[in-house]
Amino acid sequence: MEFTGKTWKFGDNINTDLILPGRAQLFTEEEQLRCVFEANRPGWIDEVAKGDVLIGGHNFGMGSSRPAARSLRNTGLACMVAESINGLFYRNCVNWGFLALECEGISTAFEEGDEAKVSFEDFTVTNNRTGDVLQGRVVPEVLLNTMKAGGVLPLLEAEGLIAAAE
Amino acid sequence: MGMTAIEKILAKNSGQDVVKPGDLVVVQVGTAVLYDNNFAPSIWRDILKIHDREKVVVVFDHRVPAKDIVSATAQKIGRDFVKKFNIERFHDVGAKQGISHVLIADHGYALPGSVLVCGDSHTCSAGVFNCAARGTGAPDMFYAVTKGETWFRVGETIRYDFEGKLNAPVSMKDVFLHIADTYGSHANQNVEFGGGALPGLSINARRTMTTMCAELSAEFATFEPDEVMLDYVRERNPAPFEAQYPDEDATYLDRRTINLGEMEPLVALPDTVLENSQKIGEVAGTQINQAFIGSCANGTLDDFAAAAAVLKGNKVSSDVRLIVTPGTQNIYLEALRHGYVETLIEAGAVVTNATCGACGGGHLGILAAGESCITASTRNFKGRMGDPDSKVYMGSPATVAASAIKGTIADPRDFLN
Repeated sequence: MEFTGKTWKFGDNINTDLILPGRAQLFTEEEQLRCVFEANRPGWIDEVAKGDVLIGGHNFGMGSSRPAARSLRNTGLACMVAESINGLFYRNCVNWGFLALECEGISTAFEEGDEAKVSFEDFTVTNNRTGDVLQGRVVPEVLLNTMKAGGVLPLLEAEGLIAAAE
Repeated sequence: MGMTAIEKILAKNSGQDVVKPGDLVVVQVGTAVLYDNNFAPSIWRDILKIHDREKVVVVFDHRVPAKDIVSATAQKIGRDFVKKFNIERFHDVGAKQGISHVLIADHGYALPGSVLVCGDSHTCSAGVFNCAARGTGAPDMFYAVTKGETWFRVGETIRYDFEGKLNAPVSMKDVFLHIADTYGSHANQNVEFGGGALPGLSINARRTMTTMCAELSAEFATFEPDEVMLDYVRERNPAPFEAQYPDEDATYLDRRTINLGEMEPLVALPDTVLENSQKIGEVAGTQINQAFIGSCANGTLDDFAAAAAVLKGNKVSSDVRLIVTPGTQNIYLEALRHGYVETLIEAGAVVTNATCGACGGGHLGILAAGESCITASTRNFKGRMGDPDSKVYMGSPATVAASAIKGTIADPRDFLN
């Protein structure tokens, strides 16, 4: 699995309340999508396009357990790469099926708008403008398979443990 | 090579002799706590089979009583789930109402040496009971409830030893702000607390610390077991348990000693608690519109007592709304019996029912654009308590109470004899 896309850069400690504000917690998925980064980057949600790649800093996704990873997935982003990903947010990336990779040095290797090639085979990230190749942290196979399968809900559905989405 | 307390708990519950940092472990879940947000129509999937109904707890806390149609619908879905699977440990609106993490403590749901998961990020709160307690996402909760297990990545552990004694009104909230300010993020790390000061620290005080560890981005926060904690659990839950003590030769990423006697009131500036606090004297005089005491971190009887000690005989500034929200209805009742509620109301505070309330910007005290709040709750992210252009400062309950009187951020030591 490999993606090539335009990058959007975000800093360190981007928190879940910025991705999915508290006021939107009980909104529908579509309504939640409209609120992504409204406080720190108003208008971004209209600029991001399907297949783009988000580049984050350290401890991306700190904060709440809310389904912020689902909102990012719903923006159409192909995947995200960050210096480091918050533990709880990483769980949510796995379990909501949003491909996420940790890669040291990513935020200095990219300027916003650079084209990135992200491989979930060998976990490398290439900056197609500079030619730089960075090695990301290997995602354990079981977690990667869950991410690729769209998270745990389809799995539980297939096992007859939860009802299908309406 | 020895293991830290959390490594031993994860080893025990994954059926292994040893786990080490870097491992990915699958563990048996001892307790799975569902809360009202899990039942929100945009999240909930009808559960067809559950693993073990006796391991499930259901709590409505974020928006109780229901503040709008969506939260009312979520709670209705939750009640149907409770009925369908005959869940006995259910905390609906009423006498048993409260915030999940406070109820988990008060009812002894978190057994030492076990694993507890809940869909709220402040679940690390129950680490005070030597429990591997972690906040997870909603899909994790569906998984844990239906399959009885979950997975964790094992991180390295930082050990904090508390020595000495706090000088009132300095509280564990101030100690937490000191740790967050000095050491910053603990992402992908576990935190273990111990030290000679433990016998003098109440479970409430310790729990403020473990709850706030979510703000350090820690994976797990645990206290070393002691008799105070073990007795607390035994008094509330007759179930057997095996507490896990760290090995003497456990490997820590770092060991840090905190002398409680040297701590003083701190205030975190808006947007984060990480490396962002100042001594009270440096921020004193900052204008505020609202003051809040509550949440899973600071809605205990100890917090009511601290606020009442400052507010007794004083009046809340006419420019400030002071909102106080107990962690459970039972704490509310205890605070009434102790006279704290009377003191607070006479001073001009509004005491609400038990709920997460203003902490998450859900209801009962939302900020408008341009407003500032000082809070003794869990989190001060941008826009957390209302409009994205509002500001949230964080301090101890005593600091919040003093600030409410003054109308600006103020030192609680000025209001105590």
